[in-house]
Amino acid sequence: MPLPYYVSPEQMMKDKAEYARKGIARGRSIVTLEFRDGILLVAENPSTLLHKISEIYDRIAFAGVGKYNEFENLRIAGIRHADVKGYSYSRGDVTAKALANAYSQALGNIFTQDIKPFEVEVLVAEVGDANGGRNEIYHILYDGTIEDERNYAAMGGQADEIRRFLKDHFREAQGLEESLQLGVRALTVTQNKTLTERDLEVAVLDQTKERRKFRRIPPEALSQLLGTQR
Amino acid sequence: MNDERWHHLFRTYADSSFVELLRRDSPHLMPAPAGGGDAGRIDVPHGTTVIAVRFRDGVIMAGDRQATAGYQVASRRIDKIFKSDDLSGVGIAGAAGPAMEMAKLFQTELEHYEKVEGDNLSLEGKANKLGQMIRMNLQAAMMGLAVVPIFAGFDEKAGVGRLFKYDITGGRYEETNYDSQGSGSKDARDSLKKLWKRDMPRDEALQVTLQALIDAADEDVGTGGPDFVRGIFPTVKTITRSGFGEVGEDEIRRVCEQILDDRKRSGNGG
Repeated sequence: MPLPYYVSPEQMMKDKAEYARKGIARGRSIVTLEFRDGILLVAENPSTLLHKISEIYDRIAFAGVGKYNEFENLRIAGIRHADVKGYSYSRGDVTAKALANAYSQALGNIFTQDIKPFEVEVLVAEVGDANGGRNEIYHILYDGTIEDERNYAAMGGQADEIRRFLKDHFREAQGLEESLQLGVRALTVTQNKTLTERDLEVAVLDQTKERRKFRRIPPEALSQLLGTQR
Repeated sequence: MNDERWHHLFRTYADSSFVELLRRDSPHLMPAPAGGGDAGRIDVPHGTTVIAVRFRDGVIMAGDRQATAGYQVASRRIDKIFKSDDLSGVGIAGAAGPAMEMAKLFQTELEHYEKVEGDNLSLEGKANKLGQMIRMNLQAAMMGLAVVPIFAGFDEKAGVGRLFKYDITGGRYEETNYDSQGSGSKDARDSLKKLWKRDMPRDEALQVTLQALIDAADEDVGTGGPDFVRGIFPTVKTITRSGFGEVGEDEIRRVCEQILDDRKRSGNGG
């Protein structure tokens, strides 16, 4: 029997991380911004049918970058987790924190145990209640690393540049229109092009809505919100 | 060829179903069929009268607020009309506990499907799903814990309101004009038979609906009428193209007062 090649664990992890990072860097980016009435999610996504942003539960949204089939799997697992938990306890007991932890565990396990790591980053956002509740944004990386972000978050190919841009330009408690325009500018910070409503997928977790806070912004409304920019 | 490696991926239509998910992963959370004994002899709270009435813009659903256990009032203020999603609602009659559980499961089922698929079930699909859930309850129904809801909604494709009634085996029957379910349902239907008209505007439909509920409360001991002493009035919801809407308590109170005043004047209570 031939001896298996020896690869040091350190090297193996390095290779996997590089592989995952390369996969993610190929994809387009997503930004998330806190604004006056909740949380805004903006993705560069020319498809109107294959979503990168979606609803998980009453106050919780999901966003994923990287390989579609991989983050789609994670998205559905998240909806299942939330719906079963909400059904067996109460709707108020479903939290982004528990879900983010589950994602972190799942991605961590896949990264260490599988030959091929998931080439994804996911984001879980939960909007606080209207009377001063705090928003929560969790960003989970391909290896299970979890970070909680404040004010804004970015992931995908140009995340570092976008984050730098938002650090300089983000202001708290802006309106939806201003936040959206800032988000779109952030997405184009490394590219020499303008994004129209056809290149964008936008959704908000809207504090002012009843029970289900998640709301997609359709292209017509989007072009109106962006209109003042051009 | 080893097709099994990927064939199962095309059977994932069941993966959009919350009920299937519970059955598979958390069977202990499934509403359990009653085991042994004859629950018919135990007086569990029963929901009494619910109504669905078609009108010009869609459907009105209404229910009285009383739950009755044997000859006792079990609760004076339960709600029997549940929003199942933006364009449909369920009115529950029968054993109140299992019925409310079923309404909650059905609501989760529709929301789960919508989130996973990114699209709503058709009204037909929703009605069939509810029928399957009632069938799951058949064993309990045979022991006296029957659940017989009314389902109504706005059909976006056809552009009309539609309503469905069920029997305890999950049999599904579409009604074109109105229907009622529960112990006072016969009286409510008799009332609707005389008062219902095609394409009624909302206000008239609201009046006709409350007339029917008051008639049911008048004739059936299990059904609660408008309670001016405690300020408890029937639940009324509208389902139209623009969604699932509430009818405010003030308006319901006003219409009830008017109906009862008219009856006082006529002098025969009806």
